[in-house]
Amino acid sequence: MVSSILPLEVAGACVRKRGAHLVGPVDLTLTGKGISILMGPNGSGKTTLLRLLHGLERPATGSLRWSAPATEARQRQAYVFQTPIMMRRSVLDSIAYPMTLHGERRARAREMARDWAERVGIGHAIDRHATVLSGGEKQKLALARALIRQPDVLFLDEPCANLDGRATREIEAILTRARDEGVRIVMATHDMGQARRLADEVLFLLKGRLHSSGPADTFFSHPRTPEAKAFLNGDILE
Amino acid sequence: MNEIVQGLLEAGRMIVTLDRDLIEITLRSLQVTLTAVVIASAIGLPMGAWLAINRFRFRRETIALLNALMGLPPVVVGLIVYLMLSRSGPFGVFGLLFTPTAMVIAQVIIVTPLVASIAHQAIRDLWAEYHDLLISLNTTRGQRILALIWDGRRALLTASLAGFGRAIGEVGAIMIVGGNIDHATRVLTTAIALETGKGNFALALGLGFVLIGLAIALNIAIHALSRTERDSQW
Ligand SMILES: Nc1ncnc2c1ncn2[C@@H]1O[C@H](COP(=O)(O)OP(=O)(O)O)[C@@H](O)[C@H]1O
Ligand SMILES: [Mg+2]
Repeated sequence: MVSSILPLEVAGACVRKRGAHLVGPVDLTLTGKGISILMGPNGSGKTTLLRLLHGLERPATGSLRWSAPATEARQRQAYVFQTPIMMRRSVLDSIAYPMTLHGERRARAREMARDWAERVGIGHAIDRHATVLSGGEKQKLALARALIRQPDVLFLDEPCANLDGRATREIEAILTRARDEGVRIVMATHDMGQARRLADEVLFLLKGRLHSSGPADTFFSHPRTPEAKAFLNGDILE
Repeated sequence: MNEIVQGLLEAGRMIVTLDRDLIEITLRSLQVTLTAVVIASAIGLPMGAWLAINRFRFRRETIALLNALMGLPPVVVGLIVYLMLSRSGPFGVFGLLFTPTAMVIAQVIIVTPLVASIAHQAIRDLWAEYHDLLISLNTTRGQRILALIWDGRRALLTASLAGFGRAIGEVGAIMIVGGNIDHATRVLTTAIALETGKGNFALALGLGFVLIGLAIALNIAIHALSRTERDSQW
């Protein structure tokens, strides 16, 4: 087992669907530590790019290369969807599910799930059915389920899009803690405040292409291109 | 009018006193129908789940065929099973015509497409919902099928109950292949048809009440299932 599945090398990758060109060509290297925030207007391809990186979309051209064999790379990354996918199970069994898939004994998996439920702040709800949780609780469950196997890389697609300010802050706290414990995070958001609070690096996406990427400070204080400036000013770019 | 009131009273008396004929016919109905539903579920549930998850060459055609089979007129099923099981038919040597087994065979043919089709829809919807998560979690095909069947168990039970509902009230096919023989193949529906024809309204009504009672119990069960599904109790 290598120490990390990173770096990830993406070279000239494009996503096409039913003949339509959605994203790319994208060249990018994912390495190091911290949180990369994927920004861009609606429809710029944030979701598609995240799905490509995680392997939910196949590149029509170009390549993705993790620094580990394919199966190991798949096992050591996780994804949190914009709309949380809730299994028809209890909260505890939902969080434990990735561990049982992995061959962990049920009792041990549940014990770990209990810890993770506490950690993300849904310890009071472990016996409830996952589908009856509030939006914020569902997203916390999704986070616990994603983190329980201690992934090297965590992808998140606008996890706070439908949440109120308080739930958003709670999720941000979970994410910064995960980052501090060494999880490499790539997250899409169109919440400028959230981007400023979390980003170590910004990937700015425009019309399916990576328009710019670099340290967050530079992106927010000295945007280099007119498009980036316009985006930061809140002028809509379509 | 008077006759109807008398019939109702007599029917009530038969149910309250657990009339022997009434009990015998009811039990045979349940036996035939439950056997048929268990067999139909054993075939239809895995078939529906399999159709929902797997991509193969004639998938669309298979599903279309299944839906067409669901609309088969039971009388025609009865006729075909009759021809198969009659003396001169290919399975005539087994001597199954006019036995409860023949009735089970006919009901299995009528009910299996219904069970499979409902199971298919339920598992397909669940698969659409779970798809990205199960792919993301790097599940094997076996793990996916297991998760879908386990999490879809209420919907699958509902499919079986719907099959029971269709089978218990069916009359055309089992009349043909069972022959409605007293103490042998007479069930609720065929007995009602016979007694009504004979003008024996008390027994017909009593049998009818039992049948309605079973149908109501069934609907309550399905309703309760869909409520636990919504409130997610288990
Ligand atoms: N399944 C799909 N089929 C066809 N077009 C799609 C599909 N998914 C997304 N798109 C298109 O791809 C583009 C990028 O979408 P998306 O990645 O969802 O952007 P974002 O997440 O930044 O809003 C949009 O123009 C969208 O309409
Ligand atoms: Mg999106």
